[in-house]
Amino acid sequence: MAEKVLMKGNEAMAESAIRAGCRFFFGYPITPQTELAAYMSKQMPKCGGTYLQAESEIAAINMVYGASAAGARVMTSSSSPGISLKGEGISYMAGCDLPGVIVNVQRGGPGLGGIQPSQSDYWQATRATGHGDFQIMVYAPSTVQEMADYAYLAFDKADEYRIPVMILADGMLGQMMEPVLMPEPKDELPEKPWATTGHKNERKHNIVDSLYLTPDALERLNRERFERYEVIKANEQRAELFMCDDAEIVLVAFGASARIARSAVVAAREQGIKAGLIRPITLWPFPTDAFESVMDTARDFLVVEMNMGQMVEDVRLVSEGRVPVEFFGRTGGIIPTPAEVLKRIEAAHERVGE
Amino acid sequence: MARDLSLILAGFGGQGVLFAGKIIATAGLIEDREVSWLPSYGPEMRGGTANCSVTLSDDPIGSPLVTAPNALVVMNQPSMDKFDTAVVPGGVMVVDSTLVQRIPDSEDVCVCAIPATEMAEENNMKGLANVILVGKLFAETHFCEEETLFAAMEKCVPARKRHLLDANMAALKLGMQA
Repeated sequence: MAEKVLMKGNEAMAESAIRAGCRFFFGYPITPQTELAAYMSKQMPKCGGTYLQAESEIAAINMVYGASAAGARVMTSSSSPGISLKGEGISYMAGCDLPGVIVNVQRGGPGLGGIQPSQSDYWQATRATGHGDFQIMVYAPSTVQEMADYAYLAFDKADEYRIPVMILADGMLGQMMEPVLMPEPKDELPEKPWATTGHKNERKHNIVDSLYLTPDALERLNRERFERYEVIKANEQRAELFMCDDAEIVLVAFGASARIARSAVVAAREQGIKAGLIRPITLWPFPTDAFESVMDTARDFLVVEMNMGQMVEDVRLVSEGRVPVEFFGRTGGIIPTPAEVLKRIEAAHERVGE
Repeated sequence: MARDLSLILAGFGGQGVLFAGKIIATAGLIEDREVSWLPSYGPEMRGGTANCSVTLSDDPIGSPLVTAPNALVVMNQPSMDKFDTAVVPGGVMVVDSTLVQRIPDSEDVCVCAIPATEMAEENNMKGLANVILVGKLFAETHFCEEETLFAAMEKCVPARKRHLLDANMAALKLGMQA
């Protein structure tokens, strides 16, 4: 019988990845993500896997590209500045339709920024991880348990849709310990008939490439890929609705800031304010369906993020002017307090009236 | 069920405040409560002040960063100066009086000062002032069952440091009786 253990978020993602069948990890140290790589360096040799500390983040993501092309379940992890360096490789993987799991334990930016928690890579994760027309799937866990669960699921989704998948965490979630129940180790992994494993004169060559010099061919591939994105949008949205049934002031927050927003919602309810929380778990695809379900009662959206306002734009796109959208954020590595979020809820409540 | 514990442990890097927090978090794990443990990380870990937030609750934990603690364990003066006003009325402060000279008076907060570092040295428990303070915190707040605390300590001492378990247990008991 499996039992709960106390683990750091960074370690929980690593252990869960191994249980999902990940046997290759390529990384480069950076705070506040390093425990993930350290855990892999200890555990990978014990399960017949490969841990390699690359000479740079760029090298690491290209090793991920190679291992993935050869059919392996593979992971890399970094924190904000390091993810920027990986952007080129992620674009190449998307262009090759290669699966792979990329973890970003975000810290404050831009530039070297700071090392304290942040959510300022939302746009990078959901809009422009690299150049070109492409998307990656993005999971935003909010607890150490979810870090384990979504790291595990990410490998399945990556293989299912042949797409890079990102776990977008932050320094708070990565560093904190909570009780976690680990998923069971997988013994069967999906077949990958497209992988470059050697044709043994039994089939045609498999080629993994993102270079298409004929415009027609490239356009056709891009269109096919975007048809797949539509399937992902239809089937893979995830969100948690908390106290939303009759909610008038609907907070929207993901990851670490959702925990603070949740506390503020509970406090607001104690004052008789009808507050609720939509917590997007997939950031791409954005969980638009969850928003439709609150449109009848919602009179105000209050988006809480640890950045200058990024996801708020997606909420405005969903709202399409039907419900006013407001924003509250802290940045630079500061974690907002439930009390300051509650003040915003009270102000919104006063504005919309009884 | 014990009441919710919102705890900050603070001191210099190397005094073991993160380990002390881990013992308490593990006690919460054993009793199947909601638990969070959040360390400070970064430059303060490399010689400056270190602290960690621990929450034990029966409800899901929002922010793991404790800003209004109902318990504070303090092992140096800068941490005392930083956190003393944060403790909520009715809260408990457990202070190592060997290392903290200026301990504020408070009507609303129960201040328990014990010379933990001195006690550790006198009892051949050098480096275990942190554990003595956990024992004292337990005596004041009963954040878990007594046998849970001992079981938590056993879980927290890794196999390769098994020879240190007895000393840790003794330090815990010394704190509980202080």
